[in-house]
Amino acid sequence: MKLLSSPLVCRDAVELVSGYLDGTLSRRQRRRLEKHLAECDACTAYLDQMRATIAASGKVTPEDLPSDVLEGLVNLFRQYRDDT
Amino acid sequence: MDDAALLESLLGGDESAFTELVRRYHPTLVKVARYYVRSAASAEDVAQDTWIAVLKGIERFEGRSSFKTWLLRICVNRARTSGVKEHRSIPVDPNESGPTVAAHRFDKGGLWSDPPVPFTEAIDSRLDNTALLSAVRGAIDSLGEPQQAVVTLRDVEGLSTQEVATLLGLSEANVRVILHRGRARVREIVEEAMKGSKI
Repeated sequence: MKLLSSPLVCRDAVELVSGYLDGTLSRRQRRRLEKHLAECDACTAYLDQMRATIAASGKVTPEDLPSDVLEGLVNLFRQYRDDT
Repeated sequence: MDDAALLESLLGGDESAFTELVRRYHPTLVKVARYYVRSAASAEDVAQDTWIAVLKGIERFEGRSSFKTWLLRICVNRARTSGVKEHRSIPVDPNESGPTVAAHRFDKGGLWSDPPVPFTEAIDSRLDNTALLSAVRGAIDSLGEPQQAVVTLRDVEGLSTQEVATLLGLSEANVRVILHRGRARVREIVEEAMKGSKI
């Protein structure tokens, strides 16, 4: 039990960050992480990086399709439209 | 234009609406298919078949789910069938356990010896948001399966953990673990890209 309630070190804190941002940590884990973050600028920077990464992922626009792929699909569309 | 409006136009036979939906979702379909099939070429075939199924079935789409969910379900069903034919085994995360941040960045006591540099400083001083987005896109594209499919569905397409789990036939706990590892890898690659750009 002593181990469970001992303070987190950075190496373990980073493993909780994704779950923290998704709100899936247990209350105990969340409290331990928040306590650590309050005292650790580096892990706070890690958390901010993770948050920025996830936010940027949601804004990523698809890469341009190779023109042959797009043309192939448009041709399928035309065939389908002409057949119906 | 949102998906519903594009779908409406597509029902009226509008080619540009089809093209826009393809641009929007084809890369995601290929990534999701890749989770189930053996090769990039098979994944392309599955994605193409998905669009054919969309064209054939669009009039029966009742709008009970979003277009995106409907599209992804069609894709997954087709990809599963192809994967079974190819005797492809579903990939497991090769790094399912172990730390997600390189051990050498911590000292013996587990504290940072090489701490992360906040992105915001790097972005404010050297990079615009476009550079961050392109670094993130490149990082996601470089992920292996199953991380690429999970990160794409959860963080790029914005599906819930439960929806991702259902689509990929995984438990929610597994999705969370894979997501955690995938995100950590993306962050690491982006951090490297940011460092490189500060020279």
